Amino acid sequence: MSPEIDTRPQVETQTLEVNLGPQHPSTHGVFRMVATLDGETVIRLKPVMGYMHRNHEKIAEGLTYIGCFPYTDRLDYFCAMTNNLALAVAIERLAGIQVSERGEYIRVIMAELTRLVNHTAVTGFLLNDMGAFGTPLLYAFREREKILDLFEAASGSRMMCNYVRPGGVREDLPAGWVERAWEIVRAYPKFLDEFETLLTKNDIILQRTQQVGKLPQPLAVSAGITGPMLRASGVNYDIRKVDGYSVYPRVQFKVPLGTVGDVYDRYLIRILEMRESLKILEQALQALPTTSPSISPKGAAMGKAPRTFRPPKGHAYGRIEAPKGELGFFLVSDGSPQPYRYRIRPPSFINLTVLEDMCLGQKVADVIVILGSIDIVLCEVDR
Amino acid sequence: MARRLVGFHVLRGMGVTLKTFCETYPWGRAVLRVLRIPSTNGLVTIEYPEVKQQHSERFRYFPFLVYDGTPDDLRCVACKICEQECPPQCIHIVMEKDAQGRPVKVHGRTLPAQFDIDMSICMSCRICVDVCPFDAIEMDNAYELSASDRFEHMLFDKQRLLKSNEYFQQIKPTEASEVDQRLAAKQKKTAAPAQAQPASAAPSSPPAAPPGAGPAAPPTGRTPGPQPTGPPRAPQSPPPGA
Amino acid sequence: MSSLDQLFVEVTRSLVSRLPPWLAPWASMLATIGAIAAAAPVIMMYLTWLERKLIARMQNRLGPNRVGLYGLLQPIADGVKMFIKEDIVPRGADRLLHLLAPIVAVAPVILLFAVLPFGRNMVGADLHVGLLYFLALGSITSYAIFMGGWASRSKFSMLGAMRTVAQIISYEVPGVLSVVAVIMVTGTLSLVGIVEAQADHWFLFTPWGFVAGAIFFMSGIAEVNRTPFDMPEAESELVGGFHTEYSGMKFALWYMAEFLEAFAICAFTTTLFLGGWQGPPIPFWILAALLALLVGTAKSLALPARGLGVLALVALGGLYARQPIPSWIWFFAKTYVLVFVLVWLRGTFPRLRIDQLMGFAWKFLLPMALVTILAAGLWSLMPFPYGTVLAVLILAASYAVLVRWNRPASLSPRTYVLAD
Repeated sequence: MSPEIDTRPQVETQTLEVNLGPQHPSTHGVFRMVATLDGETVIRLKPVMGYMHRNHEKIAEGLTYIGCFPYTDRLDYFCAMTNNLALAVAIERLAGIQVSERGEYIRVIMAELTRLVNHTAVTGFLLNDMGAFGTPLLYAFREREKILDLFEAASGSRMMCNYVRPGGVREDLPAGWVERAWEIVRAYPKFLDEFETLLTKNDIILQRTQQVGKLPQPLAVSAGITGPMLRASGVNYDIRKVDGYSVYPRVQFKVPLGTVGDVYDRYLIRILEMRESLKILEQALQALPTTSPSISPKGAAMGKAPRTFRPPKGHAYGRIEAPKGELGFFLVSDGSPQPYRYRIRPPSFINLTVLEDMCLGQKVADVIVILGSIDIVLCEVDR
Repeated sequence: MARRLVGFHVLRGMGVTLKTFCETYPWGRAVLRVLRIPSTNGLVTIEYPEVKQQHSERFRYFPFLVYDGTPDDLRCVACKICEQECPPQCIHIVMEKDAQGRPVKVHGRTLPAQFDIDMSICMSCRICVDVCPFDAIEMDNAYELSASDRFEHMLFDKQRLLKSNEYFQQIKPTEASEVDQRLAAKQKKTAAPAQAQPASAAPSSPPAAPPGAGPAAPPTGRTPGPQPTGPPRAPQSPPPGA
Repeated sequence: MSSLDQLFVEVTRSLVSRLPPWLAPWASMLATIGAIAAAAPVIMMYLTWLERKLIARMQNRLGPNRVGLYGLLQPIADGVKMFIKEDIVPRGADRLLHLLAPIVAVAPVILLFAVLPFGRNMVGADLHVGLLYFLALGSITSYAIFMGGWASRSKFSMLGAMRTVAQIISYEVPGVLSVVAVIMVTGTLSLVGIVEAQADHWFLFTPWGFVAGAIFFMSGIAEVNRTPFDMPEAESELVGGFHTEYSGMKFALWYMAEFLEAFAICAFTTTLFLGGWQGPPIPFWILAALLALLVGTAKSLALPARGLGVLALVALGGLYARQPIPSWIWFFAKTYVLVFVLVWLRGTFPRLRIDQLMGFAWKFLLPMALVTILAAGLWSLMPFPYGTVLAVLILAASYAVLVRWNRPASLSPRTYVLAD
């Protein structure tokens, strides 16, 4: 756990309270940290959230189940596809909808592409937080744009995809899409190699990240941390493996685990996860069934007339391994077209809860890097 | 040995940026060729106002209303389904009614007197298009709509929303031909039992749509002429089933 | 001594000679001052342009290209923008110091150029203690930055200013010590004398000179707050560091001070270690011939390109044999190569943390600079092969020891489990 800090003043010194945020270049949005500093060392850190609260959960209670999908795009705007997927999984659990085979594969392809998008961008942002003049970030964005083009070709929008639907996806892939996806999947390892040459063994980055912001395994587990952050601490917990939803049990992939749980581990776990995602993508693109339509009949009807979709009374929790961690939707249905209760388990928010524990005793500069390594999106934190 | 030296990887990182630097110049690519270093990425920026990004066919921005033939022959019947289903509630529709409060019919259909979309609220989700039973509303791909006044310019009324089916075919050939086929099939079904209202059937057949051809005919609807944004990448094969 | 080499000197002399004799010394001084004062802002403006362009290219971008051809008017547009911006002084700030700080930052940096030998006979004032003058003026910036940070009455500015003072004071020490070696070998503090001492061998190509030059350049980067040592204005942590609360022309002055100082560091490194305005010690035609050979035998180029390249290089070599490249071109070429290195570093690296930065200065650069002095002494006192070999050995050994000593145990390779 956090090192014992001797805050008793040896010499008469004063602590300094600094407001990092909500308007600050690297708080990833409108996040605010009230940091108490002793010199450059952080002795207290209070996260303040809610500047981006948009009342999504309450608004959803007045919408149809389908009407909630565009709002999920705006949760974690890097990963619209996986957000849609999580809600779709929850609705499928609630109403007992079967997903078509092709639909499942398309979803997995989209989810893994989203993981690539998210992890590259986050690595770039992490480096920006360390003070690089945007070069790694722009390299990451260069590659991300190519995947976003794919998203646009399939769903019509680069970021606010609104593509996955209960029972499948909204419309089938356009012609030539799979070939373009193959091109990207084949070219991506080269980019990752170059990216790693630039970053992984760079002495400055090693100094800035190793042994910084350590998250011990017991704390990670008891705080409910999920995703790459948990795995960087060495806990083998990946919902793709644990739940085995969709077609993940049918593809071969490994779960990279860290040993120390510092910022460096979190960075490298993401790189390794991207390499595993590429393996999944190769297998899924290979196995993509060419025949059946993407949407099951019931799902299609639902898309055409959302108000006729009335799930039976009851409740369901659907979760997936989003790039940031476990993203879950808890839905309570009273038999009406609108959800009675709609609750999101946002990975960013829950991963953010250990921020103070990781930052105590570190320098101010480390706080920013640690925050960057948690990988938060404020729209998801505040909802 | 060299790999373990402090600073070796720092220099390698600098090599990556230098390579990228060289890749963006023709002389740099020549130098890289002499040194047998494969160069992959050049400049990736698009000089926006002069060059525009090629958007894919499905690219969607804000919705518009489709009309066949003349602007008064719009497909919308003011059924208000989209108004009801729009998640951010940005659509406002008033049906055209006469003095007695009965709906007015033009070309055998009711029509909206007022059809407003507040584009500053619209979130481009495409749900209105999905729910419309008449294929009357479609997604546009014109995106240069910035304006300084929200209520003057971002509240689109019916006149601004109306666009012809030819325009739809031009921006989204695949989707438009599917829609045309679907409408043609529907018209055949309604026209077969009761051969009434031949007047309304005539203008609703746009030039590119093959109304007489069978429903399984491959999409051929593609108007030549200027294509301001995203030309199609390839003709779409079978329509996704429903 | 060709006319091109002495172009600026001759022009000034001919202008001054027309004046009455009592006015001539003053006029000559004024001409120098005017030239430097006019050149400084232009250099600064185009350094910003150059930096933006170069970094953009390193990031697959184009950089500024809207204002004028290749964006060449961009700095002017920026300048106009800075002029018309509102000048905001935070409430409770010390208004006088807030105004004074950027001026105090810029003035000494412009003064620095007075002692720089830009070319043969091209120096504002050949002081006998030119080097001392440079070191003294160079450290005034820390006062200015602390004034600015303190006067702003902002916590970010204050933290940035405190970091700066710590950093500049720390890096001053290895920077000065690395110069001691040069003084020892040349026996002069005059910059003109130092350049002339490098006529047959640039100090960069001596073992001690290589290390001392690297130390001087690195401390210089740290003193002008550039990546990877740009702690005081660490944007991602301290918003803007000491200049968080500055806007408009005052902000532009800060930038001017920073960029001019960066340029000055490059220029002084050139002067002290890269032979100043001296051409390369090897005759240029040999270089040209070697390059022509390389281009001519490159198989991956098209035949016409190879032929053209060889012809161009041969022509260049021939031209140089007849008319040597003017000394000021050599000086600026070398300086801009160093500027490119600065930009390149900025385009590649994240920044270090404040404690690592201090550790680097005190635990690595300082002992290394001390060793350099020893090596320089050995090199200059002992006969040729022995001194050089001994110097190399001492430097390499101390580098290895210092690296081992400083390297934290944490920087170890990691193994990752790939679980199912």
